[in-house]
Amino acid sequence: MNSGVKKLSVYQIITLVLIVIIAVVVFLFPLYWIITGAFKTPASVNSPNPDWWPKEWVMRNFDTLFDKRSAPLWELHVPLSEWFTQDHSQIVFSTGPTVPAAFRWLINTVFMSVMAMLLTCATASLAGYSLAKKRFFGRAVLFSLIVAAMALPKQVILIPLLREMSGLHLSDTIWSVIFPIVGWPFGVFLMKQFAEGIPGEILEAARIDGAGEVKTFTTIVLPMIKPGIGALAIFTFINTWNDYFMQLVMLRNTNVLTMPLGISKMMGEFGQDYGLLMAGAALASVPIIIVFLIFQKYFTKGITMGAVKG
Amino acid sequence: MAKVKQQSMSRELARRETISGYLFLLPSLLFFIVFVVYPMIMCVFTSLTDATMADGGGNFIGLKNYVDLFQDPIFRKGLLNTVIIVVVSVPTVCAFSLWVGARIYNMKMWACSAFRVIFYLPVVTGSVAVTVVWKWIYHYYNGILNFVGTNLGLWEKNINWLGDPKFALGCIILILFTTSVGQPIVLYVSALGNVDHTLVEAAQVDGATDLQVFWKVKWPQIMPTTLYILVITTINSFQCFALIQLLTSGGPNHATDTVMYYIYYSAFTLYRYGYANAMGVILALCIAALSAVQFKLAKTD
Repeated sequence: MNSGVKKLSVYQIITLVLIVIIAVVVFLFPLYWIITGAFKTPASVNSPNPDWWPKEWVMRNFDTLFDKRSAPLWELHVPLSEWFTQDHSQIVFSTGPTVPAAFRWLINTVFMSVMAMLLTCATASLAGYSLAKKRFFGRAVLFSLIVAAMALPKQVILIPLLREMSGLHLSDTIWSVIFPIVGWPFGVFLMKQFAEGIPGEILEAARIDGAGEVKTFTTIVLPMIKPGIGALAIFTFINTWNDYFMQLVMLRNTNVLTMPLGISKMMGEFGQDYGLLMAGAALASVPIIIVFLIFQKYFTKGITMGAVKG
Repeated sequence: MAKVKQQSMSRELARRETISGYLFLLPSLLFFIVFVVYPMIMCVFTSLTDATMADGGGNFIGLKNYVDLFQDPIFRKGLLNTVIIVVVSVPTVCAFSLWVGARIYNMKMWACSAFRVIFYLPVVTGSVAVTVVWKWIYHYYNGILNFVGTNLGLWEKNINWLGDPKFALGCIILILFTTSVGQPIVLYVSALGNVDHTLVEAAQVDGATDLQVFWKVKWPQIMPTTLYILVITTINSFQCFALIQLLTSGGPNHATDTVMYYIYYSAFTLYRYGYANAMGVILALCIAALSAVQFKLAKTD
């Protein structure tokens, strides 16, 4: 590695400076502006002479955001439950004190992302292993179908999906966002890439030793594809949290709104109150940024493995 | 006799392999078929009907939706804007991420990760939060862009960035750019790190300049990555929606309408369900065709 020792040329210094300037102005500044804006006074926010740093830090925007108490803390529709009740009504669990709607949105977003993450990881690791290591009739066809589906725009199917959801009595529940994300084949593709790396001899040896399919999967396959599951988990979590179009199409009722949807709704209602909007944006983005910073090593791995063609 | 027994053994093995293979696939396949394949098929079917959001099936009207579409001036405007967005943003995103990737990939570990994280931040922040803050930055009266621009004397009086058809689309493309380069940079950094080092050294010994080394040795090796980036960036740009809906709602006067936004508008404002699905089919075909062309081009290279 002699490139590290070499002195930087003028050209290299100029590019570095340029990159840093662009990074700060276009990539970091908006985030800074969200966070500081959330704590500014209305006068400061609406002034044509912006404060680069808040002169006075106030909690007023967050207070307004958490002002109206309207929703129960926790509410869960049991999916497909109306098929089993006598009067075909949905089973809904509801609990906790009445809390501000914005708080509910936050809980909804977390629940949605965690649930999508768990279901995706579980189904995709099983399917990825099967596609990578099992030899069976129809495998090649299925795999090409999965790759082809990945290249299509996901948003196009959302409008037919909305109708399907109402047919399944899932419309306006958080499940209508979770299930299509679980069905999206990227996870299967990614896990297949990781499972390809398992040596066939180990699986063969396990079989000769008399280990059943389930045992082979839990004791041999799972530990070997763990980094892949980590990557897929963080990838699904962040993408679900931020999948605005899907949430917009599927969710209407105030009690099932998510954080990103909540802000966009507020934009319609309080159009010009940028202090309030920044408080909402901060609540929608800061938690997910923290998650990203903690797990970013896995995340990078997921992005690069997903790109390797198989 | 032994041979026959072995054959039936291996057939038994193959049968078990098939059953277990499908059992492992089953949960995932269920979600995939019910929530991805079925709606895709429905999308094509309903595009041939005059179904609205309210009624169930609608009547079969053949290709009338498609014929109507190409006579619809708003759709043509939307298609044109989508093409402009794709044509401007795809090469910019690719070139920028290659430039940054090439500069940072051989830096120290911490510096390289720091840059990758910074360029990925807008993606993580989420399209809604990013759009809200940019809407404020672009604001006519209290936006910081006008404040800085007029104070530095770059322009004389405040510009209505999002309200002026001259600027609105450009403003949207800039935000789209910030939310698109994160993934390509990560990919380029990893691809450049995997370039065969012996080839690079051999070229350097032969007296090749840095630029020659880059284009003659490294570039061909990172070609598959470039191709992948081209495809994902194209798909992303085609699907540009949140920015449009939250910033301009397609205005002023359809100056920032895109196909994706018009699909949403047709379905949820005009309630023309079949019509919206016909647009979805066209969008999917455009993307499929472009991806195919990009793959072909890369193969011949």
